[in-house]
Amino acid sequence: MLRRLATGLVVLWAAATAAYLALLAAPGDTVDSIIGEGADTPLIRSQIIREWNLDRPALVQYLDYLWRAAQGDLGRSYLLQRPVRDVIADQIGPTLTLAVTAAGLGIVLALVLAVTTRRPWARRVSSTTELVLVSTPSFLIGIVLLSVFSFSLGWFPVSGDQGVAALVLPAVTLALPVAGVLTQVLRDGLDRALDEPFVVTARARGLGERAVLVRHALRHALLPVITLIGWLFGVLLGGAVIIETVFGRPGLGQVTLQAVTSEDLPVVLAVVVFSAFVYVVINTLADLAYLVIDPRLRRS
Amino acid sequence: MSELLVSVRDLHVTFPHRGGDVHAVRGIDLDIHRGECLAIVGESGSGKSVTARTLVGLAGPNAQVRSSRFEIDGRPGPFDWPKLRGGFVGLVMQDALVSLDPLRTVGAEISEVLKVHDIGDRKDRPARVRALLTAVHVPEPERRAAHRPHQLSGGLRQRALIASAIAAKPPLLIADEPTTALDVTVQAQILDLLAERRSTGETLLLISHDLAVVARLADRVLVMRDGQVVESGPTSSLLAAPEHPYTRQLLAAVPSAASRGRRLSAPAEPLAAAPASASAEVVVEAVGLRKRYGAHTVVDGVDLTVRRGEIVGLVGESGSGKTTVAQLLFGLTAPTSGTVAFEGAPWTGLKERRRRSRRRRLQLISQDPLSGFDPRWTVRRIVEEALPSVPAAELLERVGLGADVLDRYPRQLSGGQRQRVAIARALAPRPSLIICDEPVSALDVSVQAQVLDLLADIRAADGTALLFISHDLGVVHHLADRVLVMRDGAVVESGPVDDVFHHPQHEYTRALIDAVPTLEVSR
Repeated sequence: MLRRLATGLVVLWAAATAAYLALLAAPGDTVDSIIGEGADTPLIRSQIIREWNLDRPALVQYLDYLWRAAQGDLGRSYLLQRPVRDVIADQIGPTLTLAVTAAGLGIVLALVLAVTTRRPWARRVSSTTELVLVSTPSFLIGIVLLSVFSFSLGWFPVSGDQGVAALVLPAVTLALPVAGVLTQVLRDGLDRALDEPFVVTARARGLGERAVLVRHALRHALLPVITLIGWLFGVLLGGAVIIETVFGRPGLGQVTLQAVTSEDLPVVLAVVVFSAFVYVVINTLADLAYLVIDPRLRRS
Repeated sequence: MSELLVSVRDLHVTFPHRGGDVHAVRGIDLDIHRGECLAIVGESGSGKSVTARTLVGLAGPNAQVRSSRFEIDGRPGPFDWPKLRGGFVGLVMQDALVSLDPLRTVGAEISEVLKVHDIGDRKDRPARVRALLTAVHVPEPERRAAHRPHQLSGGLRQRALIASAIAAKPPLLIADEPTTALDVTVQAQILDLLAERRSTGETLLLISHDLAVVARLADRVLVMRDGQVVESGPTSSLLAAPEHPYTRQLLAAVPSAASRGRRLSAPAEPLAAAPASASAEVVVEAVGLRKRYGAHTVVDGVDLTVRRGEIVGLVGESGSGKTTVAQLLFGLTAPTSGTVAFEGAPWTGLKERRRRSRRRRLQLISQDPLSGFDPRWTVRRIVEEALPSVPAAELLERVGLGADVLDRYPRQLSGGQRQRVAIARALAPRPSLIICDEPVSALDVSVQAQVLDLLADIRAADGTALLFISHDLGVVHHLADRVLVMRDGAVVESGPVDDVFHHPQHEYTRALIDAVPTLEVSR
């Protein structure tokens, strides 16, 4: 456990440093970003440099940044002139709701599809659909869903964050490609598990086909899915940036997009570090899930 | 006549396949009476397992089954399979490590049968599971029920598998190769357990490739080949006076003490005489070999000498350290202490670069040659890789393979052909010693016979020494001149094979020999 914690810290540090270096190498001047649309005089410039301590060497700034980040202080947004922590705290809610709903929806959809489409024809229809969903960019899925269910049918609001109704389309948009990939992995896992001798034994006990699938094969099929959970998070976060824009939802995606275009360094850095943090947490949870599902991995 | 549990006439099972259907079972008749033990013997591909699976409706999703009569419990189909499976017919397969769900406890697996067949209620099922485990002689049933298959020894998990098959008290138990994956002493215990059930009047259908196992348990035997029954009858008379040439060939192919000195694949012919070996030069000599992994000593002070033209057998159960000895001799891993000399010069402790020139004189044949072949290479390339100057066709001819296999890939060969290719490759550099690690364990008895004959021929013709590692005492007794018996990393007994096997001094050797089911047959 201690080792896992140490690895997690290294990942966080590497993510922060990589993002820092990338932003350092990006064109544009920090002072310009802070001024933004405001008045630009030499006096204001020197004030800004003093206020933000931009006259120190890059290495010192980097170490100072690390030191503060370690204490939970992610700095102030150049653009919004507020602590980054508050910016993220404000926006994390809608994004988290969207990601968790989409992940849940995707997993449930995949489980149901993989188990119910065992017959050859159902399987063919399902895997073709999955392939289409996986290979379609998510913004396109979002636009299609919007034009059908919002513009034509008017079932769901077009944009914004007004309760559950506004969550449905974005969540479905994000969930569909995820469900596509997970269904294929699950189906493949089920196929392999059903070829194992213990399935013959289970059937020879008089177990029905559904029970063989759910009680025996599914658990084996879940193991490769857990490996994908880390990837799943990446897809959801990356997808959220686009989906929040398409559906005009507030959230981390919007904040990130804005921060990147306006070179709001502290916010971008914070988003990267925060993503890495969630990634570490989720992968640790996945490792623990392995131990729950496959007792052979537990140390005797 | 007693009650018929199963009665089948003219059973055909076909698997549709692109490029020709596979007709696995071709018109067999089968009656199973209450209280008897019927055995079906045959080699792989004979259709014996498909027949057994058909009796529980599990021949496969694509299997086409037809027959002129198919009755279970006196009733013709269509059958209520969920009720019959487990309830009327229990199925035990080989290797409980994979035949029980590896992610669930054995208690849950046994309990599942009770649940499916509505036996007892949720509360008293744990007690029933304990009673079942006790019935199959699993010690500490309470603790064992909470274990998963990988936490149990091979014998215990096979018992747990049997317990799950008999949980709903089915009148008929089908055991499909129930002891094939087990060590010989464990096999003996499982056979005892099955014999015990038989003696209390339970009905058993035994599927096996092993005639000795069948002889031990069965009242009647069906011999299957290519989906047909070639001969059937009471066990004792069928084994004593086999009528069909295939049955005779099968019996003659079983290696044993009695088969020493004659060819297994052609019983009338003697094997070429072994060259005198007592004074021949020493090919390999190991002194005080010891190998430790952490606190675990795998090989514990093994001394071993193999002379030119000699076949030395190394027997022992799984985990006894046989294969580690092979690895130490071969130089795949360095001994913790002890030395190996090869052809009179030091072998251990040398840099690999200095061993390389002599490496070819030492060859290895393993149980599974497929894993040693590059799947994308043709047989020609595989064989010629060893020594490009010797044409592959010439080597293949020596091992009894035609030039037609030259351009095939390993996957397109049968198990016997693959092992011959492995032998051909090993022969190419004219080695002085071939280490054979369970070379025939995965082969059918008639194919095994041919490979054993081939190895004996090679020794006689070239004077090649063989170190023959096997768990099968019969094979070693048939082939070897001397034998070493290993247990827990140490050699407990060694000497000429007749002395050791006929007059064992060590109690472990005696236990091993007693555990082997024997086949008393007139030849």
